[in-house]
Amino acid sequence: MHGRAGTETDDHALAWPEDIFQTLKRFAVRQVAYVPDAGHAQLITRVQGEPSMRGVSLTTEEEGIALLAGAWLGGQRGVLLMQSSGVGNCVNMLSLTQTCRYPFLTLVTMRGEWGEFNPWQVPMGSATQAVLELCGLKVLRASSADEVRDVVEAAAGQVYNACTPTAVLLSQRLIGAKVFTKADHE
Amino acid sequence: MNKNQRLDRRDVVARLLKDRREAVVIGGLGASTYDIAAAGDHGRNFYLWGAMGGAAMIGLGVALAQPDVPVVVVTGDGEMLMGMGALATVGQQRPANLSIVVLDNGRYGETGGQPSHTSGNTDLVAVARACGIADARELVTMAELEAFAPSLHAAGSGPRLAVIKIDDAEKERVLAHRDGNFLVSRVRQTLGFQPI
Repeated sequence: MHGRAGTETDDHALAWPEDIFQTLKRFAVRQVAYVPDAGHAQLITRVQGEPSMRGVSLTTEEEGIALLAGAWLGGQRGVLLMQSSGVGNCVNMLSLTQTCRYPFLTLVTMRGEWGEFNPWQVPMGSATQAVLELCGLKVLRASSADEVRDVVEAAAGQVYNACTPTAVLLSQRLIGAKVFTKADHE
Repeated sequence: MNKNQRLDRRDVVARLLKDRREAVVIGGLGASTYDIAAAGDHGRNFYLWGAMGGAAMIGLGVALAQPDVPVVVVTGDGEMLMGMGALATVGQQRPANLSIVVLDNGRYGETGGQPSHTSGNTDLVAVARACGIADARELVTMAELEAFAPSLHAAGSGPRLAVIKIDDAEKERVLAHRDGNFLVSRVRQTLGFQPI
């Protein structure tokens, strides 16, 4: 796995992924679907160690939209963790969130913005928010560590209490631009 | 094989669901949903009218949430091919109460009968096995179907996948309910969950 400039090792666990984990736990989220991203790594590790949560690794992000519909049919709340590039993989499947009205929350780590090294990430990263909104989701954004808790709390509240499908964008400024080589920063 | 020797999709689905008790049944987009409706509407039926490729994953979500309830996904070869990665995800999660039934006519029947990959080189049984779904089989006769049907309605020993070779005859559409909110609420109610 490649690191991010702002991604700490286990010795220095970040506070904001823990804030997200605690919020999901408080809202009794049971199924946590994910396509990994370095920005979600700490949260995924926490989920895998939590007996009340089922981590479900996906082959593509759209699987998670359908999984969470099924989870709700069966009485459980879920969340989908993905990177902004994965939003583009979800477009048709997101119709489920409109036709079936189930609690749908996704937490999206952003690429293609704020010091991005890789030009291939920029098109989808630039379109992420608009795509989600066109698909009928409400979009909230957290740009700094100290606002993650409040933003995710608000999102979880409107998702699980009001069945309002919502995406939270975790900005690249928060997560840190991915570091490919030391030379990038020289 | 002569198409006349292949099974009739309506007979197949009616037989598979004849002895249902607790099972939640997910119907994939297209004729599979009509087949399930033709077998009789039921409070635990969830019909897809869109979201192509999502049927198996919806089944997985239900199966993980309700491990004591048998969950049966009934879908077509085209729908399964679109969400083939789901077989890998199911093979990782291995819910014992999940069965996936693929009604395989090797055609996209809803759109004019164009051939699907299963009429060519793709073998979904082999794909499922390679994904870790050990109980994967192809069924071509009614006797095989009879022997297989009870396993769908028991909540253990899965996950399993059955590819059932059906003929490519077009059937009259039997329109299932298509209000997603209603269908979600109805399944949840039968499982004892209230609306928000």
